Amino acid sequence: MSETTEVAATAQTGAVVSGASASLWGDAWRDLCRRVTFWVAVVILAFMGLLAAFPSLFTSAGPNGGCDVRQAKLRPKSWNPFAGGDHPFGTDTHGCDYWAQIVHGTRAPIIVGLLVTGIALVLAITLGSLSGYYGRLLDALLSRITDVFFGLPLLLGALVILTAFPSHGVLTESFVLGLLWWPTMTRLMRGQVLSVRDADYVQAARLLGARDPRIVVRHILPNAVAPVFVYGMLNVGVVIGYEATLDYLGVGLQYPTVSWGLQLSQAQEIFTDFPYLLIYPALFLTATVLSFLLLGDAVRDALDPKLR
Amino acid sequence: MVPVLIGTTLLIYLAVFALPGDPIRALGGDKPMPPAVYASLRHHYHLDQPLIVQYGHYLWGLVHGDFGETLNGQSVGDVMKTDWAVTARLGVTAWIFELVVGIALGVWAGRRKGGVVDTLVLSGTTLVIAVPTFVLAYCAQLIFGLKLGWFPTAGTDDGWPYSYLLPGIVLGSASLAYIARLTRTSLVENFRADYVRTAVAKGLTRRRVLVRHTLRNSLIPVVTYLGVDLGHLMAGAIVIEGIFNLPGIGGQIFTAIQIKDGPTVVGIATLLVLVYLFANLVVDLLYGVLDPRIRYE
Repeated sequence: MSETTEVAATAQTGAVVSGASASLWGDAWRDLCRRVTFWVAVVILAFMGLLAAFPSLFTSAGPNGGCDVRQAKLRPKSWNPFAGGDHPFGTDTHGCDYWAQIVHGTRAPIIVGLLVTGIALVLAITLGSLSGYYGRLLDALLSRITDVFFGLPLLLGALVILTAFPSHGVLTESFVLGLLWWPTMTRLMRGQVLSVRDADYVQAARLLGARDPRIVVRHILPNAVAPVFVYGMLNVGVVIGYEATLDYLGVGLQYPTVSWGLQLSQAQEIFTDFPYLLIYPALFLTATVLSFLLLGDAVRDALDPKLR
Repeated sequence: MVPVLIGTTLLIYLAVFALPGDPIRALGGDKPMPPAVYASLRHHYHLDQPLIVQYGHYLWGLVHGDFGETLNGQSVGDVMKTDWAVTARLGVTAWIFELVVGIALGVWAGRRKGGVVDTLVLSGTTLVIAVPTFVLAYCAQLIFGLKLGWFPTAGTDDGWPYSYLLPGIVLGSASLAYIARLTRTSLVENFRADYVRTAVAKGLTRRRVLVRHTLRNSLIPVVTYLGVDLGHLMAGAIVIEGIFNLPGIGGQIFTAIQIKDGPTVVGIATLLVLVYLFANLVVDLLYGVLDPRIRYE
């Protein structure tokens, strides 16, 4: 009895009631921890991250290294990769160990995915909030620009621009893709800012004399950014898929960079006789994209106020 | 729509013609070209004038329905005419497939949220979205074309629709996944609305509530998506036509990009953008028809 009155008294005076944090992000984190798909996705992504960051832990060969053409196109001895032997996943057309190639091929797609989403997010948050908050001329100009980009199917634009740079690395490709990717996220951010802009607390802040930058950064951004953040997470997976398609078409990364998409492109002519050349990179690619999608879905469900 | 069209074509034009690489010299092959021939070819294709003037020439021709000339001297319009039908058939097959099966799956899954069908459909669609389209295409070709022999593996020998079934299904699969999920989410949200509660309280059967009331409202976001989807289908056609060896404009534009045939790339890309913008216009109008709330604004 006395405990409840104590708690009530604390709540009345405005101090924090003892217990876990009751913010949106705190609740969302607790919800996430209870979901199985979240943990599955985190484990898979942690594994892929390890592969990308420390490839030497998993294989002794370097990228495109240790290739013996006399041992080209060796099938793996069994479906169980832990059965032992020199080449658990077989060898590719140049005789390189396929497992080593897959390990080294992890870094490029993940970096491209993260970089492109990062660039698009930064552009989207700045331009979206400026255009949503200030409105009028800036907004009209930005809307027309995003309309123009929307009229261009993404693969087409990427194909045309990337063909201009014959030998480009991860950074150039990320830059070009980021340039093509920002309109969708900017539209989303702008919509969110528009819905938050007329809220009472924003009016109150303005009446209290807060300047524009402070209102945008401290009041509008934290409340508008959640869906954009979720979309960004889902987006990393989509970008990785697109990057693999561009590699397959021959306009993405080139030899000597190793990436899963390039492995798939090399496998395309002979995969009917050597299906393992297609299956293993495809498996890793699908697992990574799937994990990002599951992660984004889980975060979105956790942040959704209607499902709470 | 017109400013967007001009903006997009300008973007493509800049991307193609500001690129390094000299296609005129490549026309000559191994033999060096006499300077007079080189100069006259450049003048013929307006390559010796500033970029904006070139673009102006192109727009002028476009307004007259002339898409320009390829570097081989053929009219781009003629090149597109023969191959356009193939891509159109592929696109229509994919579109019908994704529409019918996608909405059906979405409705089936949304009727009982959290049930077995719902979980199956959600996980199945997530998996389909995660696998890149070209991987799906190769696997489908291997399993359904070669091993099981249910569909022809490549080419257009069997005509419509048999040759286009497998490529169309693969092309539409990613969009089908999105449509199924969109329908399901939309349906689930609408089931919680007040008007559904009223209808059920009035004693209407589940089927009538579903078909007459909820379905119409749930399909609105799907219709919006279908307009955007056309862009995805056209882009995906580039990959699918290559894998299944269909002689459509997707393959044309890919080859043209490789050999730096600027006029063809810009011509086909302009056509695709036109189709895409037109589809979005139709969707915008349809949106007003479907949703009376939009009409009265």
